[in-house]
Formats: sequence, C-alpha cells, structure tokens
Amino acid sequence: MICQRCNKNISSVHLTKIVNGQKSELYLCEDCARESGHLSFTENNPFDFTNFLKGILNPEEEIYGDYFQEDRCSLCGMSYQDFTKNALLGCSNCYIEFENRLEPILRRIHGNIVHNGKVPKRTGGTLRIRKEIEEYKEEMQRAVDNEEFERAAELRDKIKELENMLAVRGGDKDVE
Amino acid sequence: MPSGVVIKMLNNLSNRSLSQWISGDGPEGDIVLSSRIRLARNLEKYPFPNRASKEERKAVIAEVREAISGIEDYRLHYIEMADLPELERELLVEKHLVSPVHATDGPEKGVFIDDNEKISIMVNEEDHIRLQVLTAGLQLKEAWGIASELDDILEDKLDIAFSKRWGFLTACPTNLGTGLRASVMVHLPALNLTNNIGKMLTAVSQLGLAVRGLYGEGSESIGNLYQISNQVTLGHSEKDIMENLVTVTQQVINQERKAREALQQDVKVIDNVKRSYGILKYAYQLSSDEAIRLLSNVKLGIDMGIIDYVEDKVLRELMILIRPAHIQKMHGKELVTIERDIKRAELVQALLKS
Repeated sequence: MICQRCNKNISSVHLTKIVNGQKSELYLCEDCARESGHLSFTENNPFDFTNFLKGILNPEEEIYGDYFQEDRCSLCGMSYQDFTKNALLGCSNCYIEFENRLEPILRRIHGNIVHNGKVPKRTGGTLRIRKEIEEYKEEMQRAVDNEEFERAAELRDKIKELENMLAVRGGDKDVE
Repeated sequence: MPSGVVIKMLNNLSNRSLSQWISGDGPEGDIVLSSRIRLARNLEKYPFPNRASKEERKAVIAEVREAISGIEDYRLHYIEMADLPELERELLVEKHLVSPVHATDGPEKGVFIDDNEKISIMVNEEDHIRLQVLTAGLQLKEAWGIASELDDILEDKLDIAFSKRWGFLTACPTNLGTGLRASVMVHLPALNLTNNIGKMLTAVSQLGLAVRGLYGEGSESIGNLYQISNQVTLGHSEKDIMENLVTVTQQVINQERKAREALQQDVKVIDNVKRSYGILKYAYQLSSDEAIRLLSNVKLGIDMGIIDYVEDKVLRELMILIRPAHIQKMHGKELVTIERDIKRAELVQALLKS
C-alpha cells in the first residue's frame, strides 16, 4: 500500500484511531509518520533500553566489517547483524553458533557466564542430582560445624540415596 | 450515583472479582503492594517467537496447551489474544496479567490465567513461555514456590531449551540463565516527601537491582509507586537472586517507615492527606494521574493512622479500577478522556462512601 500522505513510498505504518467509537485508518511511510508527528519513535532515544543494548552488541562492526556480520545460524537463518538490530536471538542453536561472540556480551550484561540456577529435571538429567548432592554436602558440613549431628546423619543418608540414583542412571556421563 | 449501580458496574467488569493480588492483604502490605515472579522458557525444537513461522507459533501454542491441560491444582483458562476486543486486552494489561507488547495486535499469541488471577502464562510473547505468579504484599518465596512447581510440570512434558553452561536459553540475552525476573511493587511516599527517594534509588541500583516508576517516565513516578527487580539473571541461583531482592526491599521498607515516623506530627502532611481525601470525595472530574496522586496521599494517611474512615482494601482496589480500560469496561463502551474523567470521579466517590 502506498503512503497516503506523500503518495510515493510504500507505507510501513498502519495507524488505527478510535475516538468515541469513530474508527479512522491511515497508512503512512515511516518518514511521513515521523514528520506528521503521529508517532514518537523510541529509536530516537539512545537511552531507550533496546537501543542501548544494541550499542553494546555491535562494537565489533568496524573491525570485522560486513563479512563477519553476514554469518548466519544454520538452523533458523538469523544473521549476527539481525541480532545486533533487534537484540533478540532466533533460536536455541544461535547460542551455539554465535557462542564466541556472545560470550563477551554476556559478561558485560551479567558479569557471569556460567549458569548457577535451576536445572530442568528431565532435560537436565543427572546434572540436577549432582547439584542436589553438592547442596546437601554443604548443608551437612554446616550441620557438623553447628554440632547438629542428627541433622547431619539425615543429610548423609539423603546424599547416599542420590548417589545410588546416579549409579543406576549410568554414573559419570553428563547429559548435555 | 447510588452505590448499588456501581456494584452492578463492578460485576460487569468481569465474572470474577478483582485479582487476589490486588484485593488481598499480604505481609508488609503498608509498603509492599505486590510481589511477582516471572520465568522465561522456550521449547527446544522451535525458533523463538520473533523468528518462528505461523505454523511453528501455532504448534508451540498446541504443545503448551496440551502440557497445561494436565495441571489439576490450578484451573488455568486459555485465551487467544486475537479473539479479545482491544478493550479487554487493555484490561489484562492494567491487571498486570499480560505485557503491553503481548496485548498489541498479532497472531498466534495467547495467555493462560487462573481463577484467582494469580498465575498467568503468556505464550509466544518474546519467549515461547512467560510464566508469571503475582502475590499480595512481600511474598516472593511463595510466588517462587508456585512458579517453580508449574515450571516442573511443564518441563516434564515439554523439551525446554537448556544448556549446561548458559542455563535456560531465552530470545534476549538479558534473560539468559535462570530466566527469572523477581520484582516487588512498593509505595514510598514518605521517602519522597523527605527528599530521600533519589538517594534510595541510587543505592538500590548499585546493588544489582533495577528500579523504575510504575507510572510516569524514568525515575519520575506518579503516585510514589516503584518496581524493584533483579537485573542479572545468569550466574546466580534463584535463591540468591530472591534473597538479594528481599534483603534490599527490607532495607527500603525500614527507611520508608523511619521517614513516616519523622512525618507523624507534620502539619503539612496531615493537611495534604485530608485535602486529598476531600478532593477524591467531591471532585466532578479526575484524570488518571491526579487520581493516582491523591490515592497515594490517602493511602499514606491510612497507613500512618491519620485517617481511619477508609478501608485499605478499597484504596488498593481503586488504584487499579481507576485506570482507563477499567473505567470504559464498567460502562461497556469506549469513552473520550473527559467522559472518562467524570466517570472516574463518580466511581471513586461511590466506593469511598460504601
């Protein structure tokens, strides 16, 4: 659809206004929408969160140029350049394909790059059990330090139980 | 307007009463209005919503519906966003059950909501699954308990995108890891009156937390309502993230209480509370912003014991009921601003009387 204001460009902004039940529709190109003041574009604000993040995501552009930016995820087809524009990845596999470039970004956002939280029971497989064992061991140590020996014994039994579960599931292989 | 008419209008609003998190009283309810837990999850085999095809988005909805149908402890109802008129979608935003982005036009988006409006599960928002639990007062641990249980049930049936190194994989890297955003909504009028709010905001943001005004832009907040939430999602356990938020919130509560004590005998404050009550009771028209400001003053008056003739519950409900979509829904049609402002004043008066 052609822009209803300049009658030249393809319209990319569809405006529906409802005032007191009266509906009016307008198709504008981006320039006309901006000029006519129908929309305030957040992209003008460099401190808008997404824009701010985009700035962080894109520092390499000058060094690597277009060649680097053109890399695409083999699964969903998202290019790294798309990512720097939207601050959104396309699929789980993007995290694998762009791993090296994401690492410094994640460090900047989170300060950490290794997950330390909940692990899914099923897809996480034995990892969750290992984590529980670790937690119980810590707790047991604290119980011993506080001379709560009954509690410590309880925890020791729990740890044993979990270790048996690990053995049944084939032990040392980590499920990834 | 007779209060009977208003009650009928309120019933019109929805077949159920107001959400539990709004009407219910919770711990530290004089300062913390609500606590929220949000988890972001994605299905392994589909691209994230921003890159998924129509068919893939449909398939995600079907899989999540199937998984949720097995949940018996909570009665979750599915709503397809495209099936709702705009006003109804706005209503869900005002109740904090869906995000503003989720309420805009767009196909293959949905939400599951339980009877108490405590749980909402958005499908195909920025991530495939955005699970949210809302509770009254400071009850993050309770909210986490429910959210984590629901998460376990979903994970039992769905293959969730997870990496050992980076945790739960999310469309935006700012949610990576735990996918957890924990937040509390706090009412801080006394810190504002004693000019301490700026210092508090700075201190909190230095502790890895984000603060923003609930209404209004940037650090300006209308009605002294602020949302405090964790910034970082990767590298800390859920327990640590929540403990940090609770500890800092507890500090904020203490500071607000101290400021309230200091204002106990302040003539200006007492006068302002009573004047605000007077305006709410007798104004012919009220804008959203003015109503929120005045309600904030009266809430402070109740919490400080300056006035005792308004129920705290009524006030908390009004903070949501006065919002534009709620006013329009009560009247069953779209209204222009001036009409809304008059209806808003009528509603406030009727509820303050009852």
